Amino acid sequence: MKFTWFNLMPWPYLPDDFREKNRSVWVDIDQNLFDPVKSHEVYNTYMDLLEYAGQVGFDGIGINEHHQNGYGIMPSPNIIAAGLARRTTDPAIVVLGNSIALYNPPVRVAEEFAMLDCITGGRLVAGFPVGTSMDTNYCYGQIPSLTREKYQEAHDLIIKAWTTREPFAFNGRYNKLRHVNIWPRPIQQPYPPIHIPGGGSVETYDFCIDNTYSYSYLSFSGYLRARALMKGYWDRVEERGTPDKSPYRAGFAQTICVAETDAEAEKLYARHIDYFYNRCLHVYPGFADAPGYRTIKTIQTGALSQYAPPTGGYGSMSWKQLNEEGHVIAGSPETVRQRMEDLIKGLHVGNIFCLMHVGDMPADKCMYSTKLFAEKVMPKLRNMFPDYADDTRFWCHPIDKRLSAGRLPAAPTSAPREAAPAAE
Amino acid sequence: MEITTIKTPHAPIRVIQGGKGPDLLFLHGAGGVTVDDPFLSALAEKYRVHAPLLPGYGDSEECHELREMLDITLHYWDVAAALGLKDPIIAGHSMGGMIAAEMAAVQPNDLSRLALIAPAGLWLDDHPIADIFAMMPYEMPALLFHDAEAGAKAMTAGLDMSDPKFLQGYLVQNARQLGMAGRILFPIPDRGLAQRLYRVKARTVLVWGDSDKLIPPVYARAFQKGIAGASLVSIPEAGHMVIHEKTKAVVEAIGALG
Repeated sequence: MKFTWFNLMPWPYLPDDFREKNRSVWVDIDQNLFDPVKSHEVYNTYMDLLEYAGQVGFDGIGINEHHQNGYGIMPSPNIIAAGLARRTTDPAIVVLGNSIALYNPPVRVAEEFAMLDCITGGRLVAGFPVGTSMDTNYCYGQIPSLTREKYQEAHDLIIKAWTTREPFAFNGRYNKLRHVNIWPRPIQQPYPPIHIPGGGSVETYDFCIDNTYSYSYLSFSGYLRARALMKGYWDRVEERGTPDKSPYRAGFAQTICVAETDAEAEKLYARHIDYFYNRCLHVYPGFADAPGYRTIKTIQTGALSQYAPPTGGYGSMSWKQLNEEGHVIAGSPETVRQRMEDLIKGLHVGNIFCLMHVGDMPADKCMYSTKLFAEKVMPKLRNMFPDYADDTRFWCHPIDKRLSAGRLPAAPTSAPREAAPAAE
Repeated sequence: MEITTIKTPHAPIRVIQGGKGPDLLFLHGAGGVTVDDPFLSALAEKYRVHAPLLPGYGDSEECHELREMLDITLHYWDVAAALGLKDPIIAGHSMGGMIAAEMAAVQPNDLSRLALIAPAGLWLDDHPIADIFAMMPYEMPALLFHDAEAGAKAMTAGLDMSDPKFLQGYLVQNARQLGMAGRILFPIPDRGLAQRLYRVKARTVLVWGDSDKLIPPVYARAFQKGIAGASLVSIPEAGHMVIHEKTKAVVEAIGALG
């Protein structure tokens, strides 16, 4: 199993009446609600928490890209990743990911991911989302019905840039580049493992299967509701005659809160869960799904937009209901272990993106939950798929001799001497 | 009126046709047009009407190859050629008006009469056009009609959103139609028409509803600035859907082109 500690980086100061006074947490959220000075502490605490998760034994620490979004103040995950790269040496840096259709030209992603891979000593796990309609269409102005074609071209260009060892010309529809020749290139060969966040479209299933990418379902509505979608994926894996059904071909994001007892979990975390589901997911439905963004085939499968709230909205859902319906897995280590086992078996997923910082959760509670999960839950879930223990295709392959920051020699007091020539 | 299919280089095109008289090519707006559209019937009393559907609209096939404004503009000239039209009157409403203006700018010698009915295509920073792609259906009538209540009734007649099967069909149609419209209008309905308008040679009439809240009448003056000699017919008590709210007046305004 691979556990990635994920932080969406929500803004923790949305007011109590946010829902009543604002139509959306995303796209046209009120500028006045952001306080740059407060964000100084928010960003640094969130980065500290990611580093902490690395220290307590999570396999990866994960971040993602959103724009104009009150629950994800991370328009550039690569900036956060660069900070984490210098302050950690062991966990994978899971950038899930860069919305590659938004980069102009997309070789920028090939370059920045290569830089991250080099700086981290090969610890990058790369993600290429198509991007939500809110980010891609409404914030970044991409034409909805051309977004997927542009995404596909960006993908092809990045892979070619990573794998071609001489300058080449790329005559795409959206990218005309006479001299592609990225410098640097990634440590991991031929390139870092790639995870693709998806929301139930058959095209994305096939894209992952064909390219040996891991399919990630990043929802906030929990594992029970994800069963139909993930079954669709695994059915497709079988249908396409894929040589194996390795659980690492799939990933899933789950909100998780751990305490000593179930009652303590409710006492500690219920208000932060409420903040996230009630305030942070308050997205104006007009921004959820630009016409043309999803393919006709996908709409015909009946998969509603991930951002379509459950009937009645999240606001009306209690702690009990959120738990029972699986949006949230919370409780004692034993409760969480059992439910995680259900999740992992039920969805057949090897990569878990643990959403452990929730809403406006303060650092101490987040660390408490994180530590309990790492110490009392994770070890018991490690060996869920012994048959696939050797499947490393979907995870990073760091070099052995990795450096950490702060390795300069003492400041020289006189002119340094030339190093002696190496002995032949 | 009846609907037929014609061949064009990029896609088979559905065309609503009817009436007798001079040829008139009508280009529909982002909401599309149907065979029982009262505005088409009114036009058909004076003209031989040809109303091709943009690919993806109605029951027509999608066409992925039409991506950019130039593709779409030339496509409509292909449609005119496939229909065997020589110097037809070209009339367009809203998005269709934008396409018609582009056609006139790109091939100025091939048409002599142009009617632009509340056309899109220009952008004035002081008068931003609402984002129709970020709207819920219930928000539309107030924007599109002078009489929002009557407009809402007209828009929702026969629709039952509580029926999941209907809803899915509606979502699919919306994705097909507005997905295609997005290539012309999203996120800002400006594809550079302003710098090409001077090329228009056709006698041009602009038709505008006085209470158009989607593309306010101030845009009429911007079009007049761009197209030398364009006349403006302002229609009171009509919104963006002036073709439905004041059908007769619009047909008369087009009639002035001769």
